[in-house]
Amino acid sequence: MDLNYTPRELAFQDEVRAFVRANLPPAIARKVIEHKRLGKDDYVTWQQILYRQGWIAPGWPVEHGGTGWNPVERHIFEEECAAAGAPPVIAFGVSMVGPVIMAFGHPWQKERYLPRIRSSEDWWCQGYSEPGSGSDLASLKTRAERQGDHYVVNGQKTWTTLAQYADMMFCLVRTSSEGKKQDGISFLLIDMRTPGVTVRPIITLDGEHEVNEVWLEDVKVPAENLVGEEGRGWTYAKFLLSHERTGIAAVSRSKRELLYLKHIAGQEQAGGRPLLDNVRFSDRVARVEIDLMALEITVLRVLAADRQGRPPGPEASILKIKGTEIQQALTELMMEAVGPWALPFLPDSWGDHWLGARVGPEYAAPLAARYLNFRKVSIYGGSNEIQRNIVSQMILGL
Amino acid sequence: MDFDYTEEQQLLEDSVAKFLEKNYAFAARKEIIAARTGYSPAVWEGLAGLGLLGVPVPEDFDGFGGGGIETMIVMEAFGRHLVVEPYLATVVMAAGGIATAGSDEQKRYLLPAIMDGSMRLACAFTESGGRYDLHHVETTARMQGGQWVLDGSKSVVMHGASADLLIVSARTAGATGDEMGISLFFVNPGEEGVSGREYPTYDGNRAAEIGFTNVAVSGDSLIGPLDLGLPLIELITDRAIAGLCAEAVGCMGALHDATLEYLKTRQQFGVPIGRFQALQHRMVEMLINCEQARSMALLAAVRVDSADAVERRKAVSAAKELIGRAGRYVAQQAIQLHGGMGMTDELNVSHYVKRLTAIDTQFGDADHHLDRFAAAGSAKPVELAVFERPRAKWKQI
Repeated sequence: MDLNYTPRELAFQDEVRAFVRANLPPAIARKVIEHKRLGKDDYVTWQQILYRQGWIAPGWPVEHGGTGWNPVERHIFEEECAAAGAPPVIAFGVSMVGPVIMAFGHPWQKERYLPRIRSSEDWWCQGYSEPGSGSDLASLKTRAERQGDHYVVNGQKTWTTLAQYADMMFCLVRTSSEGKKQDGISFLLIDMRTPGVTVRPIITLDGEHEVNEVWLEDVKVPAENLVGEEGRGWTYAKFLLSHERTGIAAVSRSKRELLYLKHIAGQEQAGGRPLLDNVRFSDRVARVEIDLMALEITVLRVLAADRQGRPPGPEASILKIKGTEIQQALTELMMEAVGPWALPFLPDSWGDHWLGARVGPEYAAPLAARYLNFRKVSIYGGSNEIQRNIVSQMILGL
Repeated sequence: MDFDYTEEQQLLEDSVAKFLEKNYAFAARKEIIAARTGYSPAVWEGLAGLGLLGVPVPEDFDGFGGGGIETMIVMEAFGRHLVVEPYLATVVMAAGGIATAGSDEQKRYLLPAIMDGSMRLACAFTESGGRYDLHHVETTARMQGGQWVLDGSKSVVMHGASADLLIVSARTAGATGDEMGISLFFVNPGEEGVSGREYPTYDGNRAAEIGFTNVAVSGDSLIGPLDLGLPLIELITDRAIAGLCAEAVGCMGALHDATLEYLKTRQQFGVPIGRFQALQHRMVEMLINCEQARSMALLAAVRVDSADAVERRKAVSAAKELIGRAGRYVAQQAIQLHGGMGMTDELNVSHYVKRLTAIDTQFGDADHHLDRFAAAGSAKPVELAVFERPRAKWKQI
């Protein structure tokens, strides 16, 4: 039993830290830490820096351009990137469709798409949810009909994150309505430039354009863009969901947010004293901090099991539930920390090129929107209630 | 990073579990609680035979030479079986404290007697009006004719009446709430002027109110430094808390298993009640609380041996706070999901619930430790320069 890093791991930590410090553009780090709006360029810039270093896809096998790091080293890497304020690597390519293509894709698909995922040449989005299929994802209705060497796809996807930037979409489509609803689902790779694909923004309660509707009208998709076998898409989708186990807890990011919360609460004044001296407030901060300490150890326990080759399991659901509760608590406390300064709503002021006057402290401007935006984390990726169902069935056997 | 037990630790885990399965079934425990002594001399002898009474005793004194992890292993098993023997008081606190701060003579005399089971000790630290504060010490000790003379009283001393020897905190300088001026003394409860009143606690344990009136003990009864005893008291208490956290994890595991089993077998409306989502989700929350508690018990077990007192305090208080909350949750849900059966004395569920509830109160409840955690560094404003962090010796926790 030893929670210390080994000398080798410490050396690795130094290497990563030095690299991130030398290469992460400060302007991007600042936006991340201060919750300013990130553009496509910000994400791609950082992803390409990692790509040139060979670190863009740590989870991939070495032969596909992975790093060969063990789970602990990957954790250290995540930790260092998050602490320094690096933007998250957009998951849809590297963490989601990449592993599916590697595991089930045709050799030509691997050859074409994997390098373009690593280089950020293709931005991927995820075509899963539909207006009528949220938690009950397998009820999806988007139909793909085989016509010669093409599928013709018709239907509508929704909540498609950052589809406005996307070159490609991995999409669950119905190729059969016979038998069990899960068995008629296939996994298609769709070029977003294909005629008949329309992306329409959905503006969320924070005023932001992050998610979209994607309409598919007679979209001709080459049959060779089917991943694996027809009718096996549900299996691949489940594989994808279990692939990323511990990152979902977002412990490293939450640690950075906790520091930022204390930074804010140390400057805000309540009754002539820093807000952080107010017991009623600091108690809540301390309680979240303790929950986060526990979650970090829980994550490390799962990682240790991972390193010993125990197969991915439903523990990820526990990490997701707890991790998102903590993320939401932090955004809520941050908004509350600035008191009335949470009210002014000047969305342009947290984008690039704002030259106008500010109202209140600069750090306060995006916090209410951030709080509102983060209500999403307990909904996406399988709502926390769905996660409880998974734990109930898979771990508890109920 | 490594979460595995060594071979030796695994053997320890196995031998404790086997011993308790044989000697500490729920029915046997009932009899032990009802006995006049409130503990089982036979079990104590058995623990001595297994070497468990020497877990924190250094190998130089023929002990196990264990630390926080070994204590965690034993205490988790004790939690599973709701053990009421005075192990925490005698072994984790007293033997551990003597091994850390005792004179050579004290070690040579006391450690073998603890390990062979012939001597039980208790730590009398807390006083009426002081709540959980270890520096609230009104009891005095003054030097008189080469002897220390103690006056005062101690409250809710766990296993105080069955102890053969007490470790008592007393004020040798300063005023009641001062952190300085506190010293620790060995006091034989048979000395003239020591009075005691034993009573049961609601979780099946025993505690005592102990009074000292002009109690004279020899000049070499002091343990640890004169006037500067508080850090030692805190260390001993932190070790006890880490042990209690592990015990709580054992209790929570037992409640989790019992409740899950009940959900699978109890039929209502023609189906096992575990089919109902409202109950499933509560059960999942119980599991999450158990896992988070286990993580914190681990952290406390590792950090309690840290040479850095602030690091130690932070981890131990964080663990006690989370486990106080999590234990309360698991206990309440276990009763709720068992329905009326959870309310009965007959079923072991209610006994685990009572022990978990009591654990939160011992050595400071969740609120108390939230305060202590905040004081140890949580509630400090952070300069943005913090993002330029020093290299972590520990994993960033």
